[in-house]
Amino acid sequence: MLSADLLSNALVAGVLLGGFYAAVAIGLAISFGQLDIVNIAHPAFVIVGSYIAWILNSRFGLDPVLIGVLATPLFFFVGVVMYRIYYAAFERTGQESLSGLAFFFGVMFILEVGLMLVYGVDYRLVSASYLGKSFHFGWIGVPLRMLVPFTVALVMTGGIWLYLSRTFMGRAILAVAQDPLALQLMGADPVRIKQFAFGLAIATTSVAGSLLIMIGPVEPSIGRDYIGRVFAIVVLGGMGSISGMFIAAMILGVVESVVSTFAGPSWAPAVAFGVLLLTLALRPSGLFGRR
Amino acid sequence: MKLRVNAFWVSCAVVVGGGLMLTEVLHNDYYFNAMYVILQGTLMAVAWNILGGFTGYVNFGSAGFFAVGAYTSIFLDKYFGHALPLPVLIAAAALVCALIGLGVGYLSLRLKGVYFSIATLAMAIVFATLISNWRYMGGARGAYILTPETFLWFHSYIQMLFMVILLLTLGAVAISRYLNTSRLGRGLAAIRDDEVAAECAGVPTLRLKLISTTLMGALMGIAGAPYPFFVTFVDPASAFSLFVAVNAIAMPMIGGTSHWIGPVIGAVLLGSMQQVITVTVSSELNVLLVGLMLVGFVTLAPQGIVGLAQKYWRRRAR
Amino acid sequence: MIKRRSFMRASLASGVVALALASGSLVSFGAQAAQPIKIGFSMALSGGLAGAGKAALIAMQIWKDDINKKGGLLGRPVEFVYYDDATSPSTVPGIYTKLLDVDKVDLVVSSYGTNEISPAMPIVMRKKLVFPSLFGLAVNDQFNYNRYFQIMPAGPEPKLDWSKGFFELASQQHPKPETVAIIAADSDFALAAAAGARENAKKFGFKVVYDKTYPPGTPDFTPIVRAIQAERPDLVFVASYPPGSVGIVKAAREVGLKAKMFGGGMVGLQFAGIQKNLGPMLENIVNYHFWVPAKTLNFPGINEFLKKYEQAAKGKGVDPLGQYLPPYAYAYMQVLGQAVEATHGMNQAKLAAYMHKHTFDTVVGKVKFGSNGEWAQTRMLMTQFRNVKPNDLDQFRKEGTQVVLYPHQWKSGTMVYPFDK
Repeated sequence: MLSADLLSNALVAGVLLGGFYAAVAIGLAISFGQLDIVNIAHPAFVIVGSYIAWILNSRFGLDPVLIGVLATPLFFFVGVVMYRIYYAAFERTGQESLSGLAFFFGVMFILEVGLMLVYGVDYRLVSASYLGKSFHFGWIGVPLRMLVPFTVALVMTGGIWLYLSRTFMGRAILAVAQDPLALQLMGADPVRIKQFAFGLAIATTSVAGSLLIMIGPVEPSIGRDYIGRVFAIVVLGGMGSISGMFIAAMILGVVESVVSTFAGPSWAPAVAFGVLLLTLALRPSGLFGRR
Repeated sequence: MKLRVNAFWVSCAVVVGGGLMLTEVLHNDYYFNAMYVILQGTLMAVAWNILGGFTGYVNFGSAGFFAVGAYTSIFLDKYFGHALPLPVLIAAAALVCALIGLGVGYLSLRLKGVYFSIATLAMAIVFATLISNWRYMGGARGAYILTPETFLWFHSYIQMLFMVILLLTLGAVAISRYLNTSRLGRGLAAIRDDEVAAECAGVPTLRLKLISTTLMGALMGIAGAPYPFFVTFVDPASAFSLFVAVNAIAMPMIGGTSHWIGPVIGAVLLGSMQQVITVTVSSELNVLLVGLMLVGFVTLAPQGIVGLAQKYWRRRAR
Repeated sequence: MIKRRSFMRASLASGVVALALASGSLVSFGAQAAQPIKIGFSMALSGGLAGAGKAALIAMQIWKDDINKKGGLLGRPVEFVYYDDATSPSTVPGIYTKLLDVDKVDLVVSSYGTNEISPAMPIVMRKKLVFPSLFGLAVNDQFNYNRYFQIMPAGPEPKLDWSKGFFELASQQHPKPETVAIIAADSDFALAAAAGARENAKKFGFKVVYDKTYPPGTPDFTPIVRAIQAERPDLVFVASYPPGSVGIVKAAREVGLKAKMFGGGMVGLQFAGIQKNLGPMLENIVNYHFWVPAKTLNFPGINEFLKKYEQAAKGKGVDPLGQYLPPYAYAYMQVLGQAVEATHGMNQAKLAAYMHKHTFDTVVGKVKFGSNGEWAQTRMLMTQFRNVKPNDLDQFRKEGTQVVLYPHQWKSGTMVYPFDK
């Protein structure tokens, strides 16, 4: 049963899937990993991104990835507004843990039902010329439907990682999580920086959403399947580490894929979350966590 | 001191008496159905609050405990061929879930804050997957339980279930009230406010946390045990549903997490609204309702209804 | 202070009960004063099955309007009382007890889907009501209720009949295929269908070389399809819900699945939006359906109904063509209505007896129920997609894109075999 070509294909499929998971989780790696904001509505924003991709794709035939990128300013703005509300209501008063969580639960439900009421509950799909084709390298098959999201995810993660480590604003974001007081003393306003970071986090959901609807059909409540996954990835990778998140996403994708292939798909969620529990038990700061 | 205790137990007796009276006077099963759901939500909310509100550890995996309680009930019922009476099933579910709660308590040693919450979520998903793959329990196809038409002197089975859950809920409230007002409760509050300081001050944090998680687990299991008999068909998707978990958090938050009556108020309020919406407008609005109420209360009234009431009384007292 | 709080709690509790009582009595008072015949049900209007549930509701409302235009039932107008069960089994008992005890409906029908029909069964059984049901697989196997009627044309042995056509077609090919792979979604109907497929495989002499389930929420099916491919099965039987159906078809095309027959029990390949999106990927897939545009299935009234449905469905975010559930939702209301008229009343025992004995004329043809409430004869169609053009919704309105292969009396074309030609 353990044949070389089956295993190598499972690994490749896992890596591609992991890349997609990274695209979905990167926003949370910023908002939760670095800013400590428990944004449980993150997958719901991704679904909104999927719907925008669907609308523009079915009406104007635009490429989904293009739509995802074009819509980022809108999502960024929404992120900034959300953060301002969150800050005024919670962070300023120091209530963030439970109340912030409940707040985002509320936002998640509002987004989900909003989509249901406006667009109904039928499954939505997109079409693009490359969906359905695949490359073959020897016995390894690489479907474009998975390769394109993987590539986009890689570019997005790489871009954000570079931004955070090389630019002033980026490093300010990393600093604000670690020591807001020191940052203030250096003359930067922590609130403005966090606001920008959260906006950036939500902006990524626009792209992630368009990738999601390329991979499979979308309806408003499927965001719930991703809540566990994205938090698991961020925690597994280590809070605050973008590269850790990417590797964690890879691990999750590969584990799911290999277990699916050899043991049976029904065990994949248990194994994935079992891995998470094990990591938390043995090394709570995650693989590359800073704290 | 004496007066305080009397007031509480008297109201409990009044509620129980009122419930019994209703079973004689009211013949529409629908109301008992609706009240059962509201009471179940109350029980879950009170249980959650023991760990969440009193001790400060947020449990995302409430649905896991609830579902394990329900499935323990189904398993024993099937295995012994319907021979075991409901109280035995409830006790068994309580035991199983208390043990899981104990495990979760040890988990809290290594994990704090949001890590703990994510671990509880992961645990619920692992349980859901295990049960989905367990063919004897029907797996993902679900399990059926057939219930008799009447039971003892009650006019219908649901009336009996209603009384059962009413008693269970009152019991949970009593436990919660005891925790809140006792020395134990002050220890829990110390952990919630600053665990490290509490440890330094000599509070036996591990023991208290274990008590807290075990109680929470047991009570949630108790909430789940009669559920299969209420709904007659249980499948992992509905038992482990996110909505159960969110309600368990939303109800105490809306009512107020620091006082034992908070979850009760939140549950009765939110639960009743949900029941009314289900049979009037549309069920998807229930989800919207929870969302709006959460956002509303959490931004405007973070201490919940109890907090609002306390502010009001304080202002009156001036 | 403390006394006030406990008091507050007790009075709050009694206040809620009083409110519930008051609203309940108001509703029932209102109900008894009117004359119409009330048909009560719950329907999946939100949640996973809502796409089909909403479409079914539209069809049922078309029936209600049609029947009221003709003067109603027994000369009285027909009204629906329905609530959204959110595709959640736990809401169903509460809804049906409200319908019966508070709203005091005259007749009940079911919700959509196995998981939404089952929880209502104990309640309707207790009240000995006739229960026409909409698309649940083998629900009555558990209850053996003699007043249950299922409009889904699975047949007298629903679990087996569901996949019988697929395996029978396979056994008729030369040379006879040997192996079969079974993949099913981890939920009610799909698992039942897979169980039936296993039995059929044994009966027809095929060896099962892969037999697994996948959890809902699986994003990518490539590893699963590759694992199936690795066993080199001749037949691939899939029992899936829309996300899985789409994912498995796409993955199969990407991987280049080599099989002699592919399909079976995939829900979703009957939905217009999905058909349009998959387009040529559907080529040669043999899948179940209950009605397609074909000469052999041109029942009286079906085309008029579909036109009315298409009009009514515009802008509602549901399946635009409505070929899957809506005709049957209309038909089962027709069955109920005809039974009420024929027995001149709503005596549940008489209705049940009539419904067991007679053959009904509906938009989906002649409907006859067996003793267990299922169809006396199966009409699970096995259809094959042919000459599917990309991005074209209209082709699915016409004959030819979905060719009926089985059962024999409805056959409209010959099979293209093998699948990977």
